[in-house]
Amino acid sequence: MTAATAVVEQPLLQITHLEVCFDTWNGRTKVLDDVSFDLNAGETLCIVGESGCGKSMTALALMGLVPQPDGHITGGKILYRGQDLVQLRPEARRQLRGNAMAMIFQEPLSSLNPVYPVGEQIAEVLRTHKGMTRKDAHDRAIELLRQVRIPEAERRVREFPHQFSGGMRQRVMIAIALACNPKILIADEPTTALDVTVQAQIFDLLQDLREAHNTALILITHDMGAVAELADRVLVMYAGRKVEEGSVEDILLRPAHPYTRGLLQCRPDLKLGVLPPRHDLPEIPGVVPPLYDLPPGCAFAPRCPVVQNDCQTKPPSMLPAPVALTQAGLQSIPVVREFEAPPHRAACVWLAANRQETAA
Amino acid sequence: MSPNDHGLDLPGRAARITPVLEVRDLKVHFPLKKKRPWSAALKVHAVDAINFEIAAGKTLGIVGESGSGKTTAALAVMRLVPVTSGQVRLMGQDTAALSGEAAREMRRHVQMIFQDPYSSLNPRMKAGDIVEEPMLLMKMGTPEERKARARELFAQVGLRPDQMPLFPHQFSGGQRQRIGIARALSTRPRLIVCDEPVSALDVAIQAQILNLLARLQRDHGLSYLFISHDLGVIQHVCDEVAVMYLGKIVEQGSREALFARPLHPYTWALFSAVPSMENRRNQGARRVAVEGDPPSPIHLPPGCRFAGRCPYALAHCHQVEPQLREVGQGQRVACHRVEDDGSTPHM
Repeated sequence: MTAATAVVEQPLLQITHLEVCFDTWNGRTKVLDDVSFDLNAGETLCIVGESGCGKSMTALALMGLVPQPDGHITGGKILYRGQDLVQLRPEARRQLRGNAMAMIFQEPLSSLNPVYPVGEQIAEVLRTHKGMTRKDAHDRAIELLRQVRIPEAERRVREFPHQFSGGMRQRVMIAIALACNPKILIADEPTTALDVTVQAQIFDLLQDLREAHNTALILITHDMGAVAELADRVLVMYAGRKVEEGSVEDILLRPAHPYTRGLLQCRPDLKLGVLPPRHDLPEIPGVVPPLYDLPPGCAFAPRCPVVQNDCQTKPPSMLPAPVALTQAGLQSIPVVREFEAPPHRAACVWLAANRQETAA
Repeated sequence: MSPNDHGLDLPGRAARITPVLEVRDLKVHFPLKKKRPWSAALKVHAVDAINFEIAAGKTLGIVGESGSGKTTAALAVMRLVPVTSGQVRLMGQDTAALSGEAAREMRRHVQMIFQDPYSSLNPRMKAGDIVEEPMLLMKMGTPEERKARARELFAQVGLRPDQMPLFPHQFSGGQRQRIGIARALSTRPRLIVCDEPVSALDVAIQAQILNLLARLQRDHGLSYLFISHDLGVIQHVCDEVAVMYLGKIVEQGSREALFARPLHPYTWALFSAVPSMENRRNQGARRVAVEGDPPSPIHLPPGCRFAGRCPYALAHCHQVEPQLREVGQGQRVACHRVEDDGSTPHM
């Protein structure tokens, strides 16, 4: 497609200093704090972190679906093709939602309407956004079901969500999301409710669709396996802040931030072949702090194995990941897509200090 | 690590050899309501003639997709679902043969940890009372002894005794799972049935709970029946693994054997479906393509239950049901396409 030109062009989506607050019983709580990232056409960006770290809220903010009336976007910009979505009037925002960007939710059963046939629900999107006639929309719905590889699409288009299996329901959700050929697809934990073999089918499908339509995909997940399989670029979030970003190779093979390392190490990885003797898993002690009660400095400091004095005072800023650390355990894997290598950066006082030592 | 180093008060040598849990030809069928009086009696074959045993201090993992019958098998071991036929022997005793006081007494030795720490704790009881309750039901000790034991258990699972008067909603997910573990330990059981104990938890918390379970096993010589759909977790905790598909065990073996050489095409499909760097598509990874969904457990196909989705199925597979048979050291498989020397079409 236009991957070569996409590098030169502006990114499809530019998020700068996004800040989202919620009014709670504990006062106004910042759930997203200074989140910035770009998304290029046809690229897969994974946002990872534990629950409560702001992954889903980032997605909702992009979609313009921050829960009302408690949630507010209190700062920053979301630029889509030069247009700031934060400033956009609700009517204009509605035009973009579903059309330019679409979302797939975690639990397909609760996101589909149980009393309408699935075909109706796909056609609804087309009639609303594209002004299609009932007949055309129905035909296109069948075509979309075929595209997401649902067998016997002509028959199944008239069936209800409860007549579909979990994996098939998620395919219907994908068909609805794809109905208007969106430029951006946001998938919030799309396979968490599914079995591994079905998950593999959905991943294959997402990749095929991305390749066919050059759709940019934002995948929100806590599963490092999914990241390894799908991501071009990765954003690691903790307590509403970005703590590390880089290419999938950087994050998985050369993680810099202690939180990212912890996340990667604490997962019991499936290994085939001769197994090493069993050992205890490296833990990240403690839990994510409540967002209304964040420590003044680095939010990860209370759980961090390499915490310094400076960590307690002010939040660290994103700096290029130190080269000296990034050289350990190199194992090259082929470059995935023809993008400029994204910068590998992390927000950590300890890393910054260590880099200075090695440079001196 | 041998199971006898843990100070188990096993009476005599025979008890050491008798496995903690022995399951023989276990069947659990759920009859369906007839749609009309003259329609045929249908039933769901949730668990269909499975066999396994767990030695003291060891962990057996059951892995499979949803609907494979792994949770029903666990519930049958707990006597929480009616067993259609077969035997569940706990420390040599057939649990079905027990009734009344003896059955209650048996319950002390087998406890359960549930998947969802939010719904498995009574929201109106204090955490300390939740942990004490099994001892109360078993009439163990005096109130002071029970309180002391609860305090000791809180410390063991990594909670502070001053948290005992708190209610479940005041704890995080990981802490609630710790309360569930303390409750299971309170009657000093021999066997703990863990049904997806970490799948509702965040990755970082999963590691904490898995380490806790491993430590408790070492300290108390516990046996676990560990149910999970996560192969990484199963590999990490289990000594022996059984792979279930539609109510049947299709492959079973020691941790070393099974992960070194998965034989059944379904096991292989499960393994290759686990997302990883190696499985990236542009790495040219080879994935065993399993299309579609499992067949209905009500109308089972005549031959191998996996044949409809198996990329290697032959005509024979659709007609004759394969039996679980020994293939190599400590590994058993139910597949026509696996030769006796362990050679398979996918390797």
